[in-house]
Amino acid sequence: MSEHTISSKTYYGIWILLLILTGLTAWIATVDLGPLNTIVAIAIATVKATVVVLFFMHVKYASEKMTKVVIVSAIFWMMLLLLLSLTDYTWRFAPGTN
Amino acid sequence: MEQQRNAASFGMWLFLATEIMFFSGMFCAYLIYRYWYFNEFAVSSRTLNLPLGTVNTAVLICSSLTVALSVRAAQMGKRILLVTLLVATLLLGLVFLGIKGVEWKEKFDEHHVPGYSFDVSKLAKESPIPIDAQRAQLFFSLYFAMTGMHALHMIIGVGLFTWLTYKAWKGAFGPEYHTPVENFGLYWHFVDIIWIYLFPLLYLIDRKPLH
Repeated sequence: MSEHTISSKTYYGIWILLLILTGLTAWIATVDLGPLNTIVAIAIATVKATVVVLFFMHVKYASEKMTKVVIVSAIFWMMLLLLLSLTDYTWRFAPGTN
Repeated sequence: MEQQRNAASFGMWLFLATEIMFFSGMFCAYLIYRYWYFNEFAVSSRTLNLPLGTVNTAVLICSSLTVALSVRAAQMGKRILLVTLLVATLLLGLVFLGIKGVEWKEKFDEHHVPGYSFDVSKLAKESPIPIDAQRAQLFFSLYFAMTGMHALHMIIGVGLFTWLTYKAWKGAFGPEYHTPVENFGLYWHFVDIIWIYLFPLLYLIDRKPLH
């Protein structure tokens, strides 16, 4: 069996980390950080998503390199959609506000 | 065998890439309207049930743990442990859907569902500046569309895991063959990740104390 088996200790560690980050994001949202609130919330969500992908979804140990190519390109296309759309809409007036 | 397993998991990842595209469209619409109508989005977001939302996030994280452990149990050929973990995943998935149902019912009771019965008065009371009912309805439309599509994915996931539990009970999975456990597991984790983003984007837009 060449498949990589991850120790259950690693899984429990990641689980605890995810629960702590969930509590942290809910708490820190009630603290006034100005415009940083949104950035902190998205940063915490991204850390959580990354550890889920790397450990729970085994990407860190994947022998198939194409998997990583698929993930990176999916994120790339998503950013293309979000960033190009937002650069357009943020430079317009919202309907009913001008 | 190794190559077959890699190909199956690669196919699942390609499917998940299309799912990312599917959800990205909704995230994009959300971001644009949140930027345009920030005040309405912030006030509406504050009316969502934060304790239930946080508990539901924790429930999904626990279900991701049981899924990760079930793949491990299948790899090691522990049938009873595998069935137990799959049933635990199913129960956690149903708890998530139940709590989501309670939250949706709250929205119906408060008349915060977009449509003719939409009532903006409670939102207006909590806003320091006048708010537009149409724009608040946009927030709730996106809330129901995004949490609704997520819940549909959860329901499909519960269906898949019911089938997995049946097969695992029959002893279909072991160290040599457990591709379905692994691939439906990937799907379950993906649905968890979508929620990891939905939670801060919908519930935590503006929870700062009002001055």
